[in-house]
Amino acid sequence: MKRHILMASIALATTLSFAAMAQAKTLVYCSEGSPEGFNPALYTAGTTFDASSRQLFNRLVEFERGSTKIVPALAESWEVSDDGLEYVFKLRPGVKFHTTKDFTPSRDFNADDVVFSFERQRDESHPFHKVSGGQYEYFVGMDMPGLIKSVEKVDDNTVKFTLNQPEAPFLANMGMDFASIQSAEYADQMQAAGTPENVDLNPVGTGPFQLVNYQKDAVIRYKANPDYWGGPAKIDNLIFAITPDPSVRYQKLKAGECHVMPYPNPADIEAMKSDPDVNLMEQEGLNVGYLAFNTEKAPFDDKKVRQALNMAIDKQAIIDVVFQGAGKAATNPIPPTIWSYNEEIEDYPYDPEKAKEMLKEAGVEGLKTNIWAMPVQRPYNPNARRMAELIQADWAKIGVEAEIVSFEWGEYLKRSKLGEHDTVLLGWTGDNGDPDNFLYVLLGCEAAKDSANRARWCHKPFDDLLIQAKRTSDVAKRTELYEEAQKVFKEEAPWVTIAHSIVFKPIRPEVQDFKIDPFGGHVFYGVDLKE
Amino acid sequence: MLRFVLSRLGLLIPTFIGVTLIAFFFIRMIPGDPVELLVGERGISPERHAELLAKMGFDRPLYEQYFDFVGSVLTGDLGRSIVTKKPVFDEFLELFPATVELSFFALIIAVAVGLPVGIIAGVRRGTVFDHTTMTLSLTGFSMPIFWWALLLIILFSGILKWTPVSGRIDVLFFVEPVTGFLTLDSLMSDEKGAFWSALRHLILPSIVLATIPMAVIARQTRSAMLEVLNEDYVRTARAKGLPPRRVVGLHALRNALIPVVTVIGLQVGVLLAGAILTETIFAWPGIGKWLVDSIFRRDYPSVQGALLLIALLVMTVNLLVDLLYGLINPRIRHAR
Repeated sequence: MKRHILMASIALATTLSFAAMAQAKTLVYCSEGSPEGFNPALYTAGTTFDASSRQLFNRLVEFERGSTKIVPALAESWEVSDDGLEYVFKLRPGVKFHTTKDFTPSRDFNADDVVFSFERQRDESHPFHKVSGGQYEYFVGMDMPGLIKSVEKVDDNTVKFTLNQPEAPFLANMGMDFASIQSAEYADQMQAAGTPENVDLNPVGTGPFQLVNYQKDAVIRYKANPDYWGGPAKIDNLIFAITPDPSVRYQKLKAGECHVMPYPNPADIEAMKSDPDVNLMEQEGLNVGYLAFNTEKAPFDDKKVRQALNMAIDKQAIIDVVFQGAGKAATNPIPPTIWSYNEEIEDYPYDPEKAKEMLKEAGVEGLKTNIWAMPVQRPYNPNARRMAELIQADWAKIGVEAEIVSFEWGEYLKRSKLGEHDTVLLGWTGDNGDPDNFLYVLLGCEAAKDSANRARWCHKPFDDLLIQAKRTSDVAKRTELYEEAQKVFKEEAPWVTIAHSIVFKPIRPEVQDFKIDPFGGHVFYGVDLKE
Repeated sequence: MLRFVLSRLGLLIPTFIGVTLIAFFFIRMIPGDPVELLVGERGISPERHAELLAKMGFDRPLYEQYFDFVGSVLTGDLGRSIVTKKPVFDEFLELFPATVELSFFALIIAVAVGLPVGIIAGVRRGTVFDHTTMTLSLTGFSMPIFWWALLLIILFSGILKWTPVSGRIDVLFFVEPVTGFLTLDSLMSDEKGAFWSALRHLILPSIVLATIPMAVIARQTRSAMLEVLNEDYVRTARAKGLPPRRVVGLHALRNALIPVVTVIGLQVGVLLAGAILTETIFAWPGIGKWLVDSIFRRDYPSVQGALLLIALLVMTVNLLVDLLYGLINPRIRHAR
């Protein structure tokens, strides 16, 4: 009898929801590609995060929408021990996981879910570690396995993380996509049913939207989670219409077939600015494009040469030609939107005469070198080839002859990591808004050996500042240290800092309260549609 | 006839081996490796890199991997995608109907327009109609698909607003896939207007995809007609005083059709190749777009699986055409 009542109420609910669908507010987002899957911990692509973590899941802490500020999410509060080794999170009570056709949660979110989500990635003997291929590249890439010593449940509403060494950016890492919280209860049920991979295929989260269905390469459908702990979303349905070509996305936006589109074609920007159907939003991206000198090779081991080559480049010309105005000349290796950005640092002026002199002083004459140019368009560099040509021409003026070199993208990343280049164009988009995520990852000594530090630059005074800043969680103190580190960086000039790009987001005029995410993601909770 | 069928089937074996070789080595010859693409700028330690390659089985000697691949193919297993971790064959089956549907409509358009145009141009050789259509078909044949598609979208969807821009159906419709062919599924579903929406979404992509085959068919039909119209038996038929309609329709056309059928059969390969571009522009969720994505991600199992399945399909269609050929022209099936 109970069963019948249940069935009847489900049928009724379904009918009602269809009736409601007619007047429901549906936002269509013309996304750029297909997600690799729906468990953010297994992947590293932004397209996948847009479709999974940013709509379906929550993390212990999150970034305030449209900023890099860390705010409480599934954790209401947290405490860090004085030695910086213990993080205790107090969890939010009354948070519900999604109810789907495969799963009806019997309990609210609790500490078991947090422990499950991290132990699956960390512990190789965990029953879920190998499920769905079991690669957790972001978790590994952020060095979580080396950092986290243990994750323990203190009580139902308290979780304690113990670290192997103090690491201040840890809190920001907890807001990253791979740290999304999954349901342990759902995992147990699927494990018992012999279909553990369902956890990743049919996601269950606590997020503002829940998945309705995914038709590969075509459409992803979501509906608002009525029980969302932050209050239900203002839109009822969210649809991703997968549209790979940027010009076609623009046509769809104009035709009203979608409301928001990412990554416009740079050539369409001018038309969009005067288009009444389009509201073109813009914001500085959380990124930096740079040219790294291979400081292990002569003459780039001499800081005077690096400074001279810095002075020989006309950055403004690059901003005008390559970014077509959609960029800002970079002075520091971190973008101005990140805290601790040192405003007082002055960039090298464009001064070819002085540069020539300095090269002479350094005893460098008739220098022949190369510039590596990426084969792909990236947020921090829309056209590396063109950029390389401009730099080549600038350097030619001071008697430096540079050859432009390029490889297929994967090959390019691999070879530049091994230091085969003299100078290489590359860039970075921030993961968690922490200065450490740029400075230590890209310029620290640890990364100088065949890793992300393409300048292969290991400068002890600089590295010491960064390590010190990692060891303290006092933001004021850290800010001081990073400001100092940026000074050292500019003086030593392992890079030519080129630009921070400006991100454009065309939306339709009826879309309200959309905010550009500095991390490059697309978050639709909080967005509304005008009738 | 049996002998003919068997000899044609026998030819499939070496072709199949060739296809597996190409499918396997082609994607591996492109520089770049899947692990580097997976991690991007972040980079990965050499140890972890080696570990992941080993996990995917790409660290073993190439010939071993190849024989493994062929071995599993023979047992019907195409492996799993290294990106989505799903079986390649399942992904293919999910997307294949979309490609078939699009190609089918494109082929209908190509034949329905190309064949009559070719016949008339052949019969009225040297007239304005002949010159105009043949110039148009040459233009169609040499048109860059990408540009052509965008032009049509901007005109018909952007300015005139007659057709939707892209996709298979309005996203507000949800039609449960039964056959995978949306025109059929939408008819069977109770969603009002879904069928029209699906049909309207088919118009532009099928025209774009039909453009090249249409041009080829028209030109081939015209030249086949010209050749046949000069034959003795046509002159005899005319001399007998048969009405021109009967001469063209019966005596000439039937014989002219033989090379045309072959060409139409060969267009299936052209359609599948064209689908790669057309599907990418129109965001059409078929195997063409899937193949492009897989190549960019260096998803070896998906690329080799997709190539193999597409090749098998083209081979099957060509085999059927060959057999059909034998049916139309008895001389062919008896010749050794």
